[in-house]
Amino acid sequence: MEKQLLKGNEAISEAAVRAGCRFYFGYPITPQNQIPEYMSKRMPEVDGCFLQAESEVAAINMVYGAGGSGARVMTSSSSPGISLKQEGISYIAAAEIPCVIVNMVRGGPGLGSIQPSQGDYFQSTRGGGHGDYRHIVLAPATVQEAVDLVHLAFDLADKYRMPVIIFGDGMIGQMMEPVELPPMQEVRTEFPDFATTGKRGKDRRVINSLYIETYQLEELINRLKSRYEQVEKNETMCEEYMTEDAEIILTAFGTVSRIAKNAVKQAREMGFKVGLLRPVTLWPFPTKIMASYANKDSVKRFIDIEMNDGQMLEDVKLAVNGAVKVDFIGKLGGIIPTPDEIIEMIKEDK
Amino acid sequence: MLEELIIAGFGGQGVLRLGQLIAYAGMVDGKEVSWLPSYGPEMRGGTANCNIMYSDAPIGSPIVTSATALITLNGPATDKFENTVRKGGDIFVNSSIVERKIERQDVNAYYIPANDIAIKLGNARIMNMVMLGAYLEKTNLFSVDIAEKALRHVLGASKEKLIPVNLDAMKEGAKYVK
Amino acid sequence: MGKVFSVTSYLTDDTMHYCPGCTHGIIHRLVAEVLEEMQAERVIGVAPVGCAVFAYDYFNFDCHQAAHGRAPAVATGIKRVHKDALVFTYQGDGDLASIGAAEIVNAAGRGENITVIFINNAIYGMTGGQMAPTSLVGQKTTTSPYGRKPELCGYPLTMSEMLATQKGAYYIERTSVHDVPNINKTKKAIRKAFEAQKAGKGFSMIEILSTCPTNWGMTPVESLQWVKDSMIEVFPLGVFKDGDN
Repeated sequence: MEKQLLKGNEAISEAAVRAGCRFYFGYPITPQNQIPEYMSKRMPEVDGCFLQAESEVAAINMVYGAGGSGARVMTSSSSPGISLKQEGISYIAAAEIPCVIVNMVRGGPGLGSIQPSQGDYFQSTRGGGHGDYRHIVLAPATVQEAVDLVHLAFDLADKYRMPVIIFGDGMIGQMMEPVELPPMQEVRTEFPDFATTGKRGKDRRVINSLYIETYQLEELINRLKSRYEQVEKNETMCEEYMTEDAEIILTAFGTVSRIAKNAVKQAREMGFKVGLLRPVTLWPFPTKIMASYANKDSVKRFIDIEMNDGQMLEDVKLAVNGAVKVDFIGKLGGIIPTPDEIIEMIKEDK
Repeated sequence: MLEELIIAGFGGQGVLRLGQLIAYAGMVDGKEVSWLPSYGPEMRGGTANCNIMYSDAPIGSPIVTSATALITLNGPATDKFENTVRKGGDIFVNSSIVERKIERQDVNAYYIPANDIAIKLGNARIMNMVMLGAYLEKTNLFSVDIAEKALRHVLGASKEKLIPVNLDAMKEGAKYVK
Repeated sequence: MGKVFSVTSYLTDDTMHYCPGCTHGIIHRLVAEVLEEMQAERVIGVAPVGCAVFAYDYFNFDCHQAAHGRAPAVATGIKRVHKDALVFTYQGDGDLASIGAAEIVNAAGRGENITVIFINNAIYGMTGGQMAPTSLVGQKTTTSPYGRKPELCGYPLTMSEMLATQKGAYYIERTSVHDVPNINKTKKAIRKAFEAQKAGKGFSMIEILSTCPTNWGMTPVESLQWVKDSMIEVFPLGVFKDGDN
């Protein structure tokens, strides 16, 4: 397969098309605009549908309609736009509709900045909208991984009938790297059983999230909960990089993990036994893997590095559960940490 | 081998394009590459810059913190990035626009009047290719053959006729630093 | 003896929850009968948030339930996937004219090939009688206890007039169900709207003046009279846009 040099946003779009996605609804916001732009050009070529909605709110509800109608469907946005979509995401989660949502995270709160950030970690991993639900969150660190995870996202969304978030950031979206794209997958012609088709004379389908009887709603939440347990059991992903003999474990995801990897290499050259744990799934979180390292005698310390004020840090601490110290480097406002800062932190404790 | 290059200048000087061309050449050459642009409002008329990683090994961070080389196309970019170049690194200055000399003594500075050369060749827009010629002459990052292949891809079939003038621009740039 | 009447198979046997004297039930039946008469083989309805939130229990075909005001966006998603199905939204005045104003205007502007059944009873029914964007000047509600004052909260929105100005809108008519002749007219209008959709003509909306005796504080008979005497003056009946003419 020949490699192509693509921007993250373009690569994600093409990967979605190749995964059989034929419906895209979105609204412009920096730094993800190359996704709707790419889709507007590409969808007509594959007999698909691109529609620029009147708002992020409308876009996610179009996703709800198309997903409930049995289509592979995607939307994308960046932080403020994702906040607007939360109402729809909650409905989609409750109605058990598969879909893929790309968030190219930028600085917040408020209108924030357009620079890369990881400030939406809480929002993404805790559901984000109202009510008791979760969705899968995949955090790519390279453009190639973004391509691979988009493909996986559609499959997981279908398998578990839930929204899957691709958690990128401005850097992943804007940077170019050589990628190998997967072959074009055939678009399914059969609609899944839950979907509305409008056909009369069969059991009718109702896409709904209203359960006015308390015990019925309890039943739904319990059903979702047992599905979430399956997701946690089967789909948790974490990269373990030079951790085998590590005394210091770095934790970082997405863009930051690349910088942390550089720091691991440099620190190793300086004689520090450092490794990196990189969650690929932010939810489900690799709690067990982290706990197993925290409980190793050789591990003395964790250092969590994020582009926020310590959001994944809470999950890392829950996993470590007091077994060792957890230090933190948090860069705010769209500032990207440097390997030197991490090295300084590694040295500090010696 | 890890080349960590910064290209910087005004929006409209072909900063991002040149970076993409180098990244594409690296891919054609079988190297690992990444291209990371500055983005946002500053791209319109303000400063534009991009980071290119070019290596035999997989790229870790795509952010250049200690550059092996800098191609600078205007004064503000020179002021901003002169100090990000590591000791012994190379700075390629578009001396048609940048009025001052590089202050640091621990780097190699090359001055190429790239706008003047491009205009002499009859196409002001190939200024960035003049800079590329000088850069490749000094760094030998990749061959002219590879550059031509990359150009062919970046320009596409509709602009294929521009390849000779682009190659001429590279030659002229190279001459300047020989 | 021959059978002269049977209930439409496009409604379920469920008992409707609507209050006595409410005209939702009539309109549900009109929609269902039109679809039956058209022998529609593929139909998908979108229920709103509001009194008609349970419409999916009464319509005997595939349905989606949409978030408040988002029904036109949901219907857009459905229609783009199932181009051959008749897709319609069933929305109240709070849903369509207030929180969902952006969605309805843009669906009309796009000429989205869907049908909208817009129930205007000048009040929020389900939440207990609060002021709606279509409440009349002077109308007392639980959030306008002194009557709607224009200096405080302006004037009722006339959605049919507004949407009819848009090129994407193909058929827009306002009708009422306060008496039998008007019920018959409403049915014809609904038929016209669905036929337009079937022919791929674009966006159609039937605004239907409806009652809310419970929250208006009237008897069913009084409320029908109020539609006739007070509402029609503010919301005149008629065809506001007909792409055929």
